[in-house]
Amino acid sequence: MALNTENEKKLNYTDHQDYTETEAEQHFRVISPSRMVAKRFFKSKLSIIGLIMIIFVFVFSFVGPIIIDATWGYKETQVFKIERISDMVTTAQFAGPDGKVYDYYDKSQTQVLFKAPPSFDHWLGTDTSGFDIFTRLMYGGRISLTISFIVIIIEMFLGIVLGGLAGYYGKWVDQVVMRIVDIFACLPGMPILLVLSAAISSIESIPAEHRIYYLMAFLTLMGWTGVARIVRGQILMLREQEYMMAAETTGIKAINKIMRHLVPNTMPQLIVNATLGLGGVILYESTLSYLGLGVPFPRAAWGSMIALADPSRGQEILANYPNMWVPAGILIVVTVLGFSFIGDGLRDAFDPRMKR
Amino acid sequence: MWKYLLKRIALAILILVGVSVLIYMLTMLMPADYIDNQTSAALQSGAMTKEDVQRLKELYGLADKSFTGIIKSYTSWLKSTVTGDLGHSFVYGKPVTDVLSEYIWISFMIAFISYILQIIIGIPMGIKASVNQYSAYDYSVSVFAMMGASLPSFFLSALLMNVLAIKLGLFPLQGLTTATKIFAQNAHFQIFLDKAWHLVLPISVLTLLGVGGTMKYTRTNMLEVLNSDYIRTARAKGLSEKVVTYKHAFRNTMIPLVTSLSGMLPSLFGGAMITETVFAIPGIGYMALRATTQGDIPFIMGYNMFLAILTVLGMLISDIMYMVVDPRVKLS
Amino acid sequence: MGLLKKLKRGKIEGVDNTTYLTLKDERRISKENNKIIKMYEKEKNRKHVPEEEYLTQMRDPSNVVEFDNLHTYFYTDVGTVKSVNGVSFDIPQGKIVGVVGESGCGKSVTSLSLMQLVQGPTGQIVDGSIRYQDKEGKCYEITKMPKDKMLKIRGKDIAMIFQEPMTSLNPVFKIGDQMDEVVLLHTEGATPESAKARSIEMLNLVGIAAVEKIYNSYPHELSGGMRQRVMIAMALSCNPRLIIADEPTTALDVTIQAQILELLREVKEKINGSIMLITHDLGVIAEMVDFVVVMYAGRIIEKGTVQEIFHNPKHPYTIGLMKSRPGSHNITEDRLYSIKGQVPNPINMPNHCYFYNRCDKAMDICSREYPAMIRFSPTHFAACHLYNEDGSDKSEEEKERR
Repeated sequence: MALNTENEKKLNYTDHQDYTETEAEQHFRVISPSRMVAKRFFKSKLSIIGLIMIIFVFVFSFVGPIIIDATWGYKETQVFKIERISDMVTTAQFAGPDGKVYDYYDKSQTQVLFKAPPSFDHWLGTDTSGFDIFTRLMYGGRISLTISFIVIIIEMFLGIVLGGLAGYYGKWVDQVVMRIVDIFACLPGMPILLVLSAAISSIESIPAEHRIYYLMAFLTLMGWTGVARIVRGQILMLREQEYMMAAETTGIKAINKIMRHLVPNTMPQLIVNATLGLGGVILYESTLSYLGLGVPFPRAAWGSMIALADPSRGQEILANYPNMWVPAGILIVVTVLGFSFIGDGLRDAFDPRMKR
Repeated sequence: MWKYLLKRIALAILILVGVSVLIYMLTMLMPADYIDNQTSAALQSGAMTKEDVQRLKELYGLADKSFTGIIKSYTSWLKSTVTGDLGHSFVYGKPVTDVLSEYIWISFMIAFISYILQIIIGIPMGIKASVNQYSAYDYSVSVFAMMGASLPSFFLSALLMNVLAIKLGLFPLQGLTTATKIFAQNAHFQIFLDKAWHLVLPISVLTLLGVGGTMKYTRTNMLEVLNSDYIRTARAKGLSEKVVTYKHAFRNTMIPLVTSLSGMLPSLFGGAMITETVFAIPGIGYMALRATTQGDIPFIMGYNMFLAILTVLGMLISDIMYMVVDPRVKLS
Repeated sequence: MGLLKKLKRGKIEGVDNTTYLTLKDERRISKENNKIIKMYEKEKNRKHVPEEEYLTQMRDPSNVVEFDNLHTYFYTDVGTVKSVNGVSFDIPQGKIVGVVGESGCGKSVTSLSLMQLVQGPTGQIVDGSIRYQDKEGKCYEITKMPKDKMLKIRGKDIAMIFQEPMTSLNPVFKIGDQMDEVVLLHTEGATPESAKARSIEMLNLVGIAAVEKIYNSYPHELSGGMRQRVMIAMALSCNPRLIIADEPTTALDVTIQAQILELLREVKEKINGSIMLITHDLGVIAEMVDFVVVMYAGRIIEKGTVQEIFHNPKHPYTIGLMKSRPGSHNITEDRLYSIKGQVPNPINMPNHCYFYNRCDKAMDICSREYPAMIRFSPTHFAACHLYNEDGSDKSEEEKERR
């Protein structure tokens, strides 16, 4: 009986194999997994919208400055002095000593050079320092996108290495790495970033241009734990899978095992995680810039452009010059949202089980 | 169960010690001249003496950077921290613990109200979206949730201020009380109303930013539950769709929801740095941001440790709540 | 490496059914689907449907349920899956009807159609009728019944036992609560006390020893066999006229399997109900059932009494099934028989005998048109080109002619 079942299995297996090979070739065109993912990705409208948003931001930030520089020959820190007369009207109501109510009306005219309203030459006007806002938006995007990509790439590298070590070697290596991950996960992210950035900006021996590198290092330091967790979890799970056992029996080397089997299986989740992480880094970076702890003035950053509207520095810009801060905010939202749409689309494309 | 809990608490303490070492090292990374930079103002105003500055450098291991020196300073810092002495803030001129206990309540109130709002808005919307998967409602809820997660708090605040406070004049722009109004001593109710009126915008900002996450989390978990076998069983029993959704499915969705939402509770005391600052609400987040940018090292150490404790506490509460709501975990 | 490659490829073919579609095609399909689904959903969600619309007459009053030319389709993004494609059979009062077939042949969808539990909105009953006769002799057309009326039949008159006892009970409610729920819902004037009494009675009936303890347990505290007993007890608690058992023993140990089947047969006698037993285990069929329905790729290819199917199978597929049964095979043959190949892709089904590719008796005509149902006896039918209208064997004729 035992022999019989053995035989049956074998027979069944080969039969099926023959069948699928020939049938598949006859009726279907087998497409590769990556193309399947691409197809599923492009099926969702949201992912296409996300992709368009990101392409737009990229072109805007990386191609835009080149065009501006080539055509009009100026950069983000070019100061434009545009003279105009600004009317300042003050009104107030008060009760005089005689009991009557008086209206106070005062109109004064001042000549201003900066804060020009949108015009044909300067589509979004100029800001408090006389910089062209439209151009600064482009350079701000450059900074944000560059930082986010570099940070995510280093984060992935760190996370994959450490998470991979923890997951693959287990035992005490795992214990040590995971406790470090726990500790980092408990660090309050924003406050620590603030402390570090504040310290860096107040130390005079560090040149202002280098602050951005420190910033990236800090952002990486706060973010790698997520990647490490995913990689470790995936490896632990995959180690239990049958095809890993099969690979084990063939006696291939540890490193090959990881590179050929574990990494490709972990990739989908990592790519999704990285895409969503890009948006997160941009939010962190713009918050630091908003607080004046990010990219130093006079370089442009979206966060610091919005900071102009901080009501603690007076309501004037917040109330009367939306052209100075609203576009920067919209660009942040578009970028982060674009990354979320793509990330979500990729997740659904990689893992169709949730669909249907 | 108790054994498990004890283990968790021991692990939490271990993590906290690790966090303290890390925060301590970060402070130590600051060069000594940073202290001089930051304390010069305090020195001049008389808030600190030269001895204070020297003691500070010693306490934070900035004076003696040898290995033993660092260990010594860390242990002395740890000793005083364990006894509840977090040092003396030099921006605010009083013990850090006093600053914390004074300002966390307003932060907690704002965060708590927004937390409740997030729950009562986010969960029903998430359920409805999951029940009508792929409908127009579902898509708009998802997009709205992602919008919320993509908006920087300072930008949303600025937008709301521009429209609701300046253009429409519905709410005050900043602060917690109206400076131009003078209230009678016993007009508690008016004072309360005035404060509440000031808090509408910050609370709306926090709610708008957070509600999407609750919504999406509810939706994802609900979808998973709705596809399970026992929901089919419930339907096969002849239960109405309402009972199936709200009793059988939601009771299961509650497990992850309660776990994560209860884990958030301690963090409500931590303050919302950016939002509080933008609206100039004197909460702990606002105080911390000011202290941080001014290099108030005792406050920085104390506040960050406080936040770390809140996080660890949140994790513990999550664990305990998981055992409470999921019958499957109780025995094992 | 090679193994992995094969696995990968197997995954693609198995899971995704990669008939090659361009994005444009898929968009078009999903647009069309949405239209169709909307139409059906609108029809389903109508309120205040007059009773006349779903009252009907049974063809044979001794039947509990009659399936008549039932079509249940799934409108997926890669095409329409005709899960049930013209199924007709009866479930007589007090009998056990077994439905056999390979996985994915539409057995479960047929039963879910009867319960109005087809996973919407993609799954829809598009044609045919399911007639159900209740205790008072009233006949309902299930496919046209409004949702709220169906709730009164589901769980009360027609109860269902599922394949996976491990996951079919809600993990967060106690067994007792889940059982009482059914009684409270369907029994008029039931109080929590009476419901509990009824539940305990049912638990006793299915042979559970420590009834009180089980009543107060959570599902995860019980073994798979115990859970299936609870499921059966739950299904029985409202004295159903029909129990649908969807592979009730597949997930259980062999020893438990026998006990559960024995139990099912016993309780059937006690409540004098009918059972629709879905399984792919021919051993179970042979022991349990009165009538057999053999399904293949969404259609019935053969049906008859258990004797007819086992002793005189007509369709090559049924013959293959019988041969592949362990213990039935000829001792001179040294290995078990297995039917080669797989069920065809359910999307874009060809207009010929679906078994054509796998049949060792396939003829020319088999690739051209779908065979009609041929009657061999008042109860025995099969759909195969091998036979003439009157049930005689074509090949025999040919032999004679020679």
